[in-house]
Amino acid sequence: MPVEKELYLSASGLTKVFGFGRQKTVAVDHVDLNLYEGEVISIVGESGSGKTTLAKMLLGLISTTEGDIYFQGKKRDISTHRKKKEYWKNIQAIFQDPFSSYNIFNKIDTVLLDCIHMRGGRKFPYAKKVELMTEACSFVNLKFEELTNKYPFELSGGQMQRLMIARIFLLKPKILLADEPTSMIDACSRATILDMLMQLRKEIGMTIIFITHDIGLAYYVSDSVYIMEHGKFVESGSADDVILRPKEPYTKRLLNDVPKIYEEWDLSTV
Amino acid sequence: MSNTMLEVRELTTKYITRFREDVYAVDHVSLKVEEGKTLGIAGESGCGKSTLALSLMGYYFPPLHYTSGEIIIDGHNITGMDPDVVRKMILGAEIAYIPQAAMNALNPTQKIIHFIEDVIQEHDLYVTKKDIYERARILFETLGLPAEVLQKYPVELSGGMKQRTVIAVSVLLLPKVLIADEPSSALDVTSQKMVIKMLRQLMETGLISSMIFITHELPLLYNVTDDIMVMYAGQIVEKGTAQETVFDPLHPYSKGLMGSIIVPEKGLRDVKLAAIPGVPPNLKNPPAGCRFAPRCKYVREECTLHSIPMHEAAGRRAYRCIIPEKELREIYAKEAYRNAR
Repeated sequence: MPVEKELYLSASGLTKVFGFGRQKTVAVDHVDLNLYEGEVISIVGESGSGKTTLAKMLLGLISTTEGDIYFQGKKRDISTHRKKKEYWKNIQAIFQDPFSSYNIFNKIDTVLLDCIHMRGGRKFPYAKKVELMTEACSFVNLKFEELTNKYPFELSGGQMQRLMIARIFLLKPKILLADEPTSMIDACSRATILDMLMQLRKEIGMTIIFITHDIGLAYYVSDSVYIMEHGKFVESGSADDVILRPKEPYTKRLLNDVPKIYEEWDLSTV
Repeated sequence: MSNTMLEVRELTTKYITRFREDVYAVDHVSLKVEEGKTLGIAGESGCGKSTLALSLMGYYFPPLHYTSGEIIIDGHNITGMDPDVVRKMILGAEIAYIPQAAMNALNPTQKIIHFIEDVIQEHDLYVTKKDIYERARILFETLGLPAEVLQKYPVELSGGMKQRTVIAVSVLLLPKVLIADEPSSALDVTSQKMVIKMLRQLMETGLISSMIFITHELPLLYNVTDDIMVMYAGQIVEKGTAQETVFDPLHPYSKGLMGSIIVPEKGLRDVKLAAIPGVPPNLKNPPAGCRFAPRCKYVREECTLHSIPMHEAAGRRAYRCIIPEKELREIYAKEAYRNAR
């Protein structure tokens, strides 16, 4: 890990427990995480391994049971709404289901205008706002003229997810948390979405946390990979080390379950 | 000598929208599935894969309408048959269909065995419940599913188990052809593998003679199927064996599709994923000439003039593009060279 890079987000001993007594479920169990500037990390795990809970805790959407989150060296403080909003200027997310990510009463203009306002552009003349929105839309290959006066549900899933990336382009957060951004999209649009995210990383130097169950995707995009099982990180390291030379049996099993094209896919071990 | 289990000649079906517009979602599709073979159909969402699957069964309900073409299952022509007869005699018995969210087909208030009784008694009224149970138990044990599942309610089963149960039920009447429409897309990788293993088992034990497998996940398709057809905007744009189509695609669209494969294997990080720009055309008024022309990198003037027929290529392959095979290969070779640097 390069030392000179700034430590953006770190978590130590992060734990989330749902329920109590007999119904107690430990969703995330003492997780340590370090995220440096400009890095792309992925958290890979099966459904129910606690990936999304971890993401929600990092975003500050749910409280933590135990453990601390540090943002840019200082302990994260989101005790008031104002502080939370300040925090969300730095960390933003793309969620799995684009259909439920938007407020259905807001038009697409409003969605994008909100982002400009959040970046302090409330006093901009309208022409400048339109210019910014057009730029963001063209970045994700959408035409702003076609989107005005439309509602998000009039778009297809892939278009909605691209609009989400346009939002991120306008907000320019330091950290992007992408929670399975391509799982509801078919394989062909997936490449487009990934390309856009990578371009975004290049242009505004964003740090990305990728949460996915697709180990191939994690290998393609990330510098380092964390494998999660039952709320714990079982294996972590650089992408090449984890994916090509896995040590833990769980990682080996995950890799074995994915269909391959260059190697024989072993169906006997299920 | 292998028999042809399912043959489709120039099948065209359309949707009639509520504004009386015709949408030709399956446009002159011909295919042939031989005994013991698995045919894969690949394509983007919205290209007509699922409509093709529905059309193949010969059972049409609005807004889907039959226009022209022939469907021949094991020597019997089923085109033009009465929908009720098709439902009673063909569906389930000759051709079975697993829809995308098959597990939602289970009734939450019924035990699995009641669901099975319904299925069998719809086709044969005079079977006793004891016989049905015995038949289901033997089938479930052959496929490696525990027989206790039969006495359970759907809520007691996991997603993967539900999916496998529905697949098992769909082959109860020993159909000749099984159409699996994205049978594993809602499942996680481990359950997906179990489903795929079960489908392979069905073929090996001879419970079904042939299978049509529809998915947009190419690595999966490559591992399951013998032949692959690539579909675009309601038309077949390429057909060939799985090996040829995945590693040596001819049509520019298939080339783009194969370029978007993500597998956790060595060499993935060195290549740039090929993304096809643009969106599939609206089938209400598809572009004239080649339907892929607006998104194609190698588009020429002649492309948009008239519709393109399928061209034969080496082996038993065919593709729908005006550029000759040799020239296409040269273009791809040049591009690979450029990308490598």
